[in-house]
Amino acid sequence: MERSKRFDLLAKRDINKETYVEPWPEAGLIVADSPYDPAPSLTIDDGRIIEMDGVERCDFDALDIFIASQALDLETAEAAMALPSQDYARMLADINRPRADIARLIAGCSPAKLTDIIRHMNVLEMMMGLAKMRIRRTPANQAHVTNWREHPALLAADAAEAALRGFAEVETTVRVARFAPFNALAILVGTQTGRGGVLTQCSVEEALGLRLAMKGLTSYAETLSVYGTEKTFVDGDDSPWSKAFLASAYASRGVKIRFTSGTGSEALMGRAEGKSMLYLEARCLLVVKGAGSQGVQNGSISCIALPEALPGGVRAVLAENLLASMLGLEVAAGNDALASHSSIRKTAKLMLQFIPGADFIFSGYSAIPKRDNLFGGGNFDAEDFDDYNVLQRDMQIDGGVRPITEDEALSIRRKGARAIQAVYRELGLPAISDAEIDAAAVAHGSDDMPERDIVPDLEAADAFMAGDADFVAVIRALQNAGFGDVADNILEMGRQRIAADYLQPSAIFDADFKVRSAINDANDYVGPGTGYRPAGQRWREMQAIPQAKSPEGFVDPHVGEPLPRLVELGPAAKGAQREVVLALGPAFGGALATTIGGLDHEDVLEAILGGVAAEGLVARIVRVYHSSDCAAIGYVGARLSGSGIGIGLQSRGTAVIHQRDLAPLNNLELFPQSPSLTLATYEAIGRNAARYALGAPTVPVAVEIDNGARLRLIVKTALLHRRETDEVCPDRPPMELRFDWEPA
Amino acid sequence: MTETMSDYPLRDSKADELRTHSGRALSDITAEAIAAGALNGDDLRTHADTLRQQADIARQGGYPQLAANLGRAAELTDVPNEELLKIYELLRPERASYNELLRLADYLEATYGAKENAAFIKDAAEVYKERNLLRR
Repeated sequence: MERSKRFDLLAKRDINKETYVEPWPEAGLIVADSPYDPAPSLTIDDGRIIEMDGVERCDFDALDIFIASQALDLETAEAAMALPSQDYARMLADINRPRADIARLIAGCSPAKLTDIIRHMNVLEMMMGLAKMRIRRTPANQAHVTNWREHPALLAADAAEAALRGFAEVETTVRVARFAPFNALAILVGTQTGRGGVLTQCSVEEALGLRLAMKGLTSYAETLSVYGTEKTFVDGDDSPWSKAFLASAYASRGVKIRFTSGTGSEALMGRAEGKSMLYLEARCLLVVKGAGSQGVQNGSISCIALPEALPGGVRAVLAENLLASMLGLEVAAGNDALASHSSIRKTAKLMLQFIPGADFIFSGYSAIPKRDNLFGGGNFDAEDFDDYNVLQRDMQIDGGVRPITEDEALSIRRKGARAIQAVYRELGLPAISDAEIDAAAVAHGSDDMPERDIVPDLEAADAFMAGDADFVAVIRALQNAGFGDVADNILEMGRQRIAADYLQPSAIFDADFKVRSAINDANDYVGPGTGYRPAGQRWREMQAIPQAKSPEGFVDPHVGEPLPRLVELGPAAKGAQREVVLALGPAFGGALATTIGGLDHEDVLEAILGGVAAEGLVARIVRVYHSSDCAAIGYVGARLSGSGIGIGLQSRGTAVIHQRDLAPLNNLELFPQSPSLTLATYEAIGRNAARYALGAPTVPVAVEIDNGARLRLIVKTALLHRRETDEVCPDRPPMELRFDWEPA
Repeated sequence: MTETMSDYPLRDSKADELRTHSGRALSDITAEAIAAGALNGDDLRTHADTLRQQADIARQGGYPQLAANLGRAAELTDVPNEELLKIYELLRPERASYNELLRLADYLEATYGAKENAAFIKDAAEVYKERNLLRR
């Protein structure tokens, strides 16, 4: 078969490593608007819901019963269901309608009604909705910190760095479940070394997770998974009532909880019952709300590749974030699991949450290498830190992190690793050596760490879990070992646990260890000039990426002393002989000494003059003062030249061959890509100019095309041009120069 | 007394009144007390009254379901860890009979005054019976 070279290349692109599938509603492979989704309806009789979304009370499953009894506000339900779905959609996109107005009505909407509202909205309108309906005013971010070695020093170091980078929450998990207490301990100590007030959790089986929280090793939990059909829920070994009880149990110990849902899980478990992913997610979210969870982690989470295989999948994921916000839930918006091979696709998807902002833009930014991520690979990893910081800086959008320097990272990583070393020593756990600390401080991932003997570690973990030691013992260990500041941070987490302020919706601790939630930092967005926008110190911090240089630094390497061999004689006159006039920019060989490509001005002059001489002609040199523009400089040269041929040369190296009969902005040959020009090119330019002057047949000079040059050098180009323009004297005529040089 | 949203955060506004689960004053929870070995985990746990205050705040903030959850949580502060884990296990699907759930509800109410939790578990018992989620 004939093969297109272009299609062959396209087939190898990252985007074509993905799987795409056509919708199949019967199997739940449809993101929204399944033909089997019910139409919205609600019948209330004597204060009870007797029918919902086309199902009579006697046919309700456990989820319907839970939603009807716990989640819906019956006071507003009738009015809420009567309002046309398109009216809701318009209110969500309307900057003049504050979130509270809409939230009151939404509280009375059935799952099918919620889904029906989304039907009327495109992605842009949903982003407007999310910006407004997000419950906390200030956006934030969560990090994932794991490593395949489950090395405590590396976990602590990475957690410390993540905390310093500004993540408000850090989540870890386990490869071997028995490591849970040690992994939780390492990120607790690590985060509180990096910044006091970062919330931490360890994602494990529900009962084990509660035990970790009871020991004070974690301050939040978000793995309370819910599903949109009764069968899937039961397959997950829970009911809405058991999950709600678990939520209360966590809260009774002063631990923040967030449920987990997300599109695709029901289809993946083979129990979608023909319903669309979004409709099932609406049911999940009402269960979450009814259970009294302050928030939810959704955005498809670990199932993300499934909606992304289907048409409209990325839109549906934004829709589920929006639905959760509409219901007054804190949203940790996904973007965590590996969703695409393509950098373009994964970044485009991120924008749907990044631009409007979410309570947590990621429910786990992988603050570690992809290979170390035990959550199924990160969609954004430690390798993408700089990219992410630049996105914040580009758009003036707060993505919840900040740039740090290498020195800051090394220092905090070492301190975090030393702190966990001290805790292990004080608690009599298997020793962490100084060599392991040194490795963790500089490590990128597990591959950079020495091997640890896992057997005694696991035995110690079992004993630690079974024993009485808790975070009070950890605080004391840190005090004894001289880590008083880290101890104080964990102690303050304990006091915050007593005050329980961070059980309110969407709570985090800010840089000053003050709680910030939807109660004292409620989203007040009502259009331009309102709501959260990064300013002041925060915006300065976002701008200050270590890669940013001072403007002076671009020009300084090109500044030099005036060339002693280049002497100004007097005003330049028009020549009468067959010659080439080389016209220089005002700073050439004066204020500036080298081209943008680093060639000495002296060498460039020699190359051009040599080229002219090789064709048997002589070049005169003049300096143009009234302009720094390349065409204008070259045009002056052409008009002063006896042959009518001139070469214009700017200090940064841009050159033109001009001819006096042409319009000023026209030319014979233009060499705009000065960084690519070599001495050989300049010699060829001299030759060609001479050949034009002689009327000889001339092949234009071949120049290497480097389309990246402008991208790399545009700042330097602008600043060098500005420096040359500083030397412009508008009224000063061109001056004749003498360059002390003889042809070889 | 009903707390209002303006009292939030309690960590700042009620620092002098907050009590730990063990009955200590928040101001007793100091680095020195920890160093002296005078505090244990129970001294760094929240008191039922504090959770009820937070429930008031959540209700006023427009989060009634969260308020109900915090109310149930307040009732559970006195339930020992191991018992909490057992109750959770019993509430999972197909773990308990209808009567076991009713007995559990009565026990919680009688032992800990956990009225809300008892009602909640009784509701669950009815639904589990209807939806065949009881132990077989």
